[in-house]
Amino acid sequence: MPLFDRKDKSRYATFTRRSLMMSGGMGAILAVLGGRFYQLQIMKGAEYKVDAENNRISQRFIFPPRGRIIDRFGTELATNRRNYRVVIVAEQASQGVDAALDAVGKIIQIDPRQRDKVLHEVAQNKKFAQVPIAENLTWDEFARINQHLPYLPGVQPDIGETRAYPYGDEMSHLLGYVAQASQKDQETDDDPLLSQPGFRVGKRGIERQFDSQMRGDAGGSRVEVNAYGRVIRELSNVPGKPGQDVYLTIDCQLQRYAEERLAGESAACVVMDVETGDVLALVSTPGYDPNNFNVGITNTQWQDLLHDDHKPLMNKVLSGAYPPGSTFKTAMAVAAMENGLADLQVHCSGSMTLGNHEFHCWAWKKGGHGGVDLNRGIAVSCDIFFYEVARRLGIDKMEAAARALGLGAPTGIEMPGEVQGCMPSAAWKLAKYGVPWQQGDSLSAGIGQGYVLATPLQLCQMVARIASGKAVTPRLVHQVGSILQPRVEPSVLPFSQEALDAVRKGMTAVCEPGGTAFAWHIAEPGFEMAGKTGTAQVRVITKAERQSGVKSNSQVPWAMRDNGLFVAFAPVGNPRYACACIVEHNSDPHPQVAATRDILLFAQKRDPVKMPVAYPIRAAQNLTKGEGT
Amino acid sequence: MLRPYAAARRHLSIADKLYEINWGLVLIITIIASIGFAMQYSVAGGSWDPWAGKQLIRFVVGFIIMIVVAMVDIRVWMNFAYPFYAASLLLLLGVELMGMAHLGAQRWITLGPLELQPSEPMKIAEILALAKFLHGQSVEDVSKPLRLMVPLAMIGMPAVLVALQPNLGTTIILVLDGCSLLFLAGLSWWWIAPTISAIAAAVPVAWKFVLHDYQKARVMTFLNPESDALGAGWNITQAKIAVGSGGAAGKGFLQGTQSRLNFLPEKQTDFIITNFAEEFGFVGCIALLILFATVIGYGVQTAIQARSQFGRLVAIGITLNFFFYIMINGMMVMGLIPVVGIPMPLISYGGTAMLAVMFGFGILLSVHVHRQVEIPRHSTGII
Repeated sequence: MPLFDRKDKSRYATFTRRSLMMSGGMGAILAVLGGRFYQLQIMKGAEYKVDAENNRISQRFIFPPRGRIIDRFGTELATNRRNYRVVIVAEQASQGVDAALDAVGKIIQIDPRQRDKVLHEVAQNKKFAQVPIAENLTWDEFARINQHLPYLPGVQPDIGETRAYPYGDEMSHLLGYVAQASQKDQETDDDPLLSQPGFRVGKRGIERQFDSQMRGDAGGSRVEVNAYGRVIRELSNVPGKPGQDVYLTIDCQLQRYAEERLAGESAACVVMDVETGDVLALVSTPGYDPNNFNVGITNTQWQDLLHDDHKPLMNKVLSGAYPPGSTFKTAMAVAAMENGLADLQVHCSGSMTLGNHEFHCWAWKKGGHGGVDLNRGIAVSCDIFFYEVARRLGIDKMEAAARALGLGAPTGIEMPGEVQGCMPSAAWKLAKYGVPWQQGDSLSAGIGQGYVLATPLQLCQMVARIASGKAVTPRLVHQVGSILQPRVEPSVLPFSQEALDAVRKGMTAVCEPGGTAFAWHIAEPGFEMAGKTGTAQVRVITKAERQSGVKSNSQVPWAMRDNGLFVAFAPVGNPRYACACIVEHNSDPHPQVAATRDILLFAQKRDPVKMPVAYPIRAAQNLTKGEGT
Repeated sequence: MLRPYAAARRHLSIADKLYEINWGLVLIITIIASIGFAMQYSVAGGSWDPWAGKQLIRFVVGFIIMIVVAMVDIRVWMNFAYPFYAASLLLLLGVELMGMAHLGAQRWITLGPLELQPSEPMKIAEILALAKFLHGQSVEDVSKPLRLMVPLAMIGMPAVLVALQPNLGTTIILVLDGCSLLFLAGLSWWWIAPTISAIAAAVPVAWKFVLHDYQKARVMTFLNPESDALGAGWNITQAKIAVGSGGAAGKGFLQGTQSRLNFLPEKQTDFIITNFAEEFGFVGCIALLILFATVIGYGVQTAIQARSQFGRLVAIGITLNFFFYIMINGMMVMGLIPVVGIPMPLISYGGTAMLAVMFGFGILLSVHVHRQVEIPRHSTGII
């Protein structure tokens, strides 16, 4: 057999042909690889460069310090305090997180629930993440941790910032509180700070209203991170812009006094400067401690607040719309004077009949008030007199006067949650209920019942207007950062001097012998107050009950008892302070009058409107007003 | 010295053989391997530790092996072909049995101080054994059904064992290597065309019954990487970002952020080329492709010049094996095919692979050195 034959030659030719074919194939595939490099690196290179940078660089936020809330004399009502805390970094805890927590637990107290939370968060987070073990430590505890630090691997002391409310629940409704941004907050506000863990936004009150100004701008730190998120180095650091301070017209001392005076009641009280509209105190009780919300309120605490029948989460000053009761008679008196009823004389026998309905005076048991004129009508709060006024005026004239005094419309105070109350008219009732206005409706409205609803803030504004003769509006914020809040010089009320004088005189008589508030009058000369009492029923007294004897307030459940209202100004000769106060469901005789007396006396003796304010910018008009009185 | 082959034209001295070694190919291999050291130095954050230093030592060992292997007459390799194949198959079987004993996938076998991945020498052994068998077959013989059973078994046995490990990438390479050799040996198109059709028809069946879930996941992720951008698609997405962000000129040596910050998976092994692409850009990548193409060109030239069918088949087999690595690795890191776990030859970190590749190049050089050696078709190859 030959070593090499024709067959070998043919397979060599086949091999060469096919290997050249395969070479072509290999070349083509290498060209595909080259083409893919071209596509990724040349055509899409810029795009992928951005992706690589985004991978590499992470934006870390530096929280701006939140603006403070400061009263008119420079007292900090909301501020930021150092938050001494201890954190653990799992990867540095050489003896394990459990051992580290045990060791820390011997120095400061860690309750088992907190311990579980820490272990859970350690498991959830990256190994190098700081997980807080304990926050808001006292300096003593913090110092002890620092002392033991060499024996606590993985444990780090840390000083953060947290919102602090030095006066706790005395300011709760005024200031509101801060808490973590909700899902809804993040949807309506595209500030990236909101999604940062630990960042707090204003939730109620001033904190909410001026949240964007107090929040400031986030600082940024651009850091290089690896695929696990660990920071490799800092590339740049842009300091944020701190939030702006908010300067209130509030007088901290008066606010605290008023809160203390009403503590324990379900009540609301506002004190205003009748000349400028400056709100000096704004109290709604009971309140809550805003510090709790910041630290993180427990569900039990939250449920308690939510279900408390004294409604501690409601700012009654501007979210509570109440029947104003007899305090509305001040507005009625203005309307009467303005519409030619200055000399109206009415005989009160305790009741009057309109159609087939009998209207009673509150003094019906004593046989009525006898002959009553406007002054006496206010002083003794005679219902029959004002029924007659209402009957003669009709709802539209009543409404005009009440609206001029600010009822039925929001006051525009710089706070969230204000309701507008209700000042009815014939057209309003027809539109709302489809029923024409009845004269009986006018009579009910005439004594501040029926459809009439007002907030304590509106009532305070009303009495401030009567006292000053100007259309003042409540004003709570003087200045935000370096910007003075805009204000409108109040116009003069469209009422005659005689009308206002007559009402003021009547209100003065309320606190004089024979008046409904004489028992609580201010006897100190120069500090006398004028006012108007009101009692608003929250239940309907039936004819049967009236005949069998009306139950006294102390005989019915708390929530069914009458609301006591009082509006007042002082001093009588030269009014400067207006106050509206409501105490819900208290069976004592006029607790709100006693409280108002004390608050107005305190206000006048302290006289905050005459004291030099501590605002960085002082409005020229504030100074002239201060001198003018 | 025993000289059984009358056709052997001349006997080469050691000096002749050293002179005959294709030093140009050796130089290019060294350059490519050096790129590998540089990349391992780079992905370790500018450190010889833990990869570049070890890789360099392995390359030096591999280099010596390559030169020694190149000096050995190809007829010796022809003689060793079947024992080498048998030994590699036994090692694979051993790995498989150990894997069963340990109730888990196993790709490694420990022999004293060495950790060996038997699938690597298997690739060379398969090429040698197939070349030896096909050397004895004429073009007509290759396509005879009964004779065809032998090479198919030679391809099939290791492929099945490796597939069981499971190691899909190496299985594909073993099958591609073997089938290519059958094709080059002259397998009739009457076999080739129906087989390709049958494979195309079998894909859906394989999908349903053969592939592991993790392999299916890889395919699904490949088809739609954004569907799981933070999970399995992460590798593909990050690799593409690394390659793409290199742009035209690259970020510069040691300046690649993707691997240094650990965004790249398997950065020192399978995905090493993405770091090269990131640091040296399009220019560097094309240069590397040209280096690869040159090696392949030398390989094809060596094959065509060889006078023995064994030498031809071995040379082309080793060249194709090298090419298939580049093709599969390059395509998978750039998102053209699913990730199958194939390293980039000479550049990726890996001991057994490095030694196997260098051993293969040694045989390629041996074919070149002994290109004038003629071996009769009916020779058993025994010197």
